[in-house]
Amino acid sequence: MEKDTVIRIKGLLKQFPIGGQFFTALKNVDLDLNEGEFTGLVGPSGSGKTTLLNIIGGLDSPTEGQVSVLGQALNDTSHAERARLRRKHMGFIFQSYNLLPVYTVFENVELPLILNKVDKNERRSMVAQAVESVGLRDKMDSRPNMLSGGECQRTAIARAIVHQPALVLADEPTANLDAENSHHIMKILSNLNKELSTSFIFATHDEKIMAYLRRIIHLGDGEITKDEIIDNPKAHD
Amino acid sequence: MIKFLAKGLFRDRSRSLFPVLVITLTVTLVIFSIGFMQGTMNSLLLDTAVILTGHEKVVTRAYSEESQLMPNDLALMDVDQLIEDLEQEYPDFFWTPRITFAGLLDVPDQNGETKAQGPVIAFGIDLFSSESRQVEIWELERLLVSGNLPGNNNDALISSKMADQLNIGIGENVTFIGSTMDNAFTTYNFKVSGTFNLRKGQTDKQMMLVDLSGARLALDMDNAASAIFGFTHSLYYDDETAVALRTKYNRINSDSLDIFSPFMLALRDGNQMGTMVDVSDAMMAIMGGIFLVIVMIVLWNMGLMNGLRRYGEIGLRLAMGESKGQVYRSMISEAIIIGLAGTVVGTGIGIGLTYYVQENGIDYTKGIEALSNSSMVMPNIFYAQVTPDLFYIGFLPGVLATVLGTMLAGLAIYRREMSQLFKELET
Repeated sequence: MEKDTVIRIKGLLKQFPIGGQFFTALKNVDLDLNEGEFTGLVGPSGSGKTTLLNIIGGLDSPTEGQVSVLGQALNDTSHAERARLRRKHMGFIFQSYNLLPVYTVFENVELPLILNKVDKNERRSMVAQAVESVGLRDKMDSRPNMLSGGECQRTAIARAIVHQPALVLADEPTANLDAENSHHIMKILSNLNKELSTSFIFATHDEKIMAYLRRIIHLGDGEITKDEIIDNPKAHD
Repeated sequence: MIKFLAKGLFRDRSRSLFPVLVITLTVTLVIFSIGFMQGTMNSLLLDTAVILTGHEKVVTRAYSEESQLMPNDLALMDVDQLIEDLEQEYPDFFWTPRITFAGLLDVPDQNGETKAQGPVIAFGIDLFSSESRQVEIWELERLLVSGNLPGNNNDALISSKMADQLNIGIGENVTFIGSTMDNAFTTYNFKVSGTFNLRKGQTDKQMMLVDLSGARLALDMDNAASAIFGFTHSLYYDDETAVALRTKYNRINSDSLDIFSPFMLALRDGNQMGTMVDVSDAMMAIMGGIFLVIVMIVLWNMGLMNGLRRYGEIGLRLAMGESKGQVYRSMISEAIIIGLAGTVVGTGIGIGLTYYVQENGIDYTKGIEALSNSSMVMPNIFYAQVTPDLFYIGFLPGVLATVLGTMLAGLAIYRREMSQLFKELET
């Protein structure tokens, strides 16, 4: 594996048992993703993009094939090792934000640092920095029910990047947002990608997101149909 | 992380306050119900114990053989010494002499001629000793219909039914006609100081209560008694203890070849009382068991639902890198804390409530009096009973069921693909 390869997938097959049969969600997937990439997995519903994202995140296991993430072969790692990989090196952004409703913005963003046993003072400054980077400094003590959809997703972004992961996986991050908020979110993510050299992978079928992507992997019926490198993204600053 | 989770737990009332309230309420209900059932069963036994059997009863071997004839010629002698020995040997009980006798009660008119006459069953009980609890356990002050409690050894209380039947007024003299313990004919005058109603159907229809000293004078039974009754200080009948004590006492003190040697009978040894005790225990076990199982299912289900409701949160925590073991342990710890909090509060309230009803009772007098023509002996005030098992029984549903429910719900962490848990987050 080359030094800057973040993800390497060879001959991936993923099947789900349905009744007495198997449904094939992914097949013949070969893929390399490098450090700092801003990549989208694009395709219609049922094309396998969320499944691929889950397998990369170690949340699901492949039926066949090899998957290496950040130098670790997921096929050979235990649940605990995969948990450690996620805790240290990955961030997740979800379509419906998934903030914990009883905690404030500060506390939601703080959670990955607590799991990584970061010292309290350091936690405070890292959370402040992450919240600042998504423009929510004045909302630190607010709970999710006091925030707009865009603010919730910005909180989720802060939570995903606060521990400076090597890889951020985002599943339809703008699906619940209006156009203005979607662009705002994508600008933030694009800037963070540049500043932190963190790799981002999106599962999306949102045209607005595609305008920011520098690589688009098209999926159809569980297979990669096209792998497109965009030298000058339309919406890129 | 513990601090972080605790913060969430306290803020989320649906995870803390609500389950604690449900557990508190359920445990309170369990404890009070079991305490009330135990108390009610004990009330049924206590009435019989007070009137007929005691929790333990010491008689002579010969008396026990013919007890239905009230054979005072076979009575215990040197009773003071026997009681002293019993008090020293078995301090968990209090011991009191009893003379049971029967005969005719003659009511004279102003000229001394018989105005009315009827059969009487009389009890000589210790009304005057300062340490005696007979007035208390017979509840005489409450059951007094007219007049006063006896003040002298020739004073007598007669049942209001008998007073009505023989047309006896307060202050009138009545003559007991019977036989002494030496089988000699005796007549003895008692003065009626008051009337009482046991409110237990026909039980007291021909009943007269006198002080032990009066009975001894009437029957020439100096330092003798038909029986010595023993009661636990709490008045709670524990069959196992009573039977063990009876067996031990008889082994040490009773000589099967001496018909006048003392012989102890537990409450269950009386007429069909063993069956009643067994039925009472079985009913308690069945009713208590069913009730306990029901509330355990309720709380187990609550633990299960609380766990299921949190699949989304579990998925998120797993995605962020918490290990499955960590998440599972934190859920169980949370259930233990919630279960313990609810159980401790519920046990406190339940025991407090049970104690209150133990001391004050629930009065069913009107209902029981409506059954006054029935021959069934029923207590008219039902008391609860605080027993040692009430201090821990609430932990079964409160902690065990809640934690089991949570453990079962939490198994999904291991059984389901993480991405599946994750989907719960999205829905």
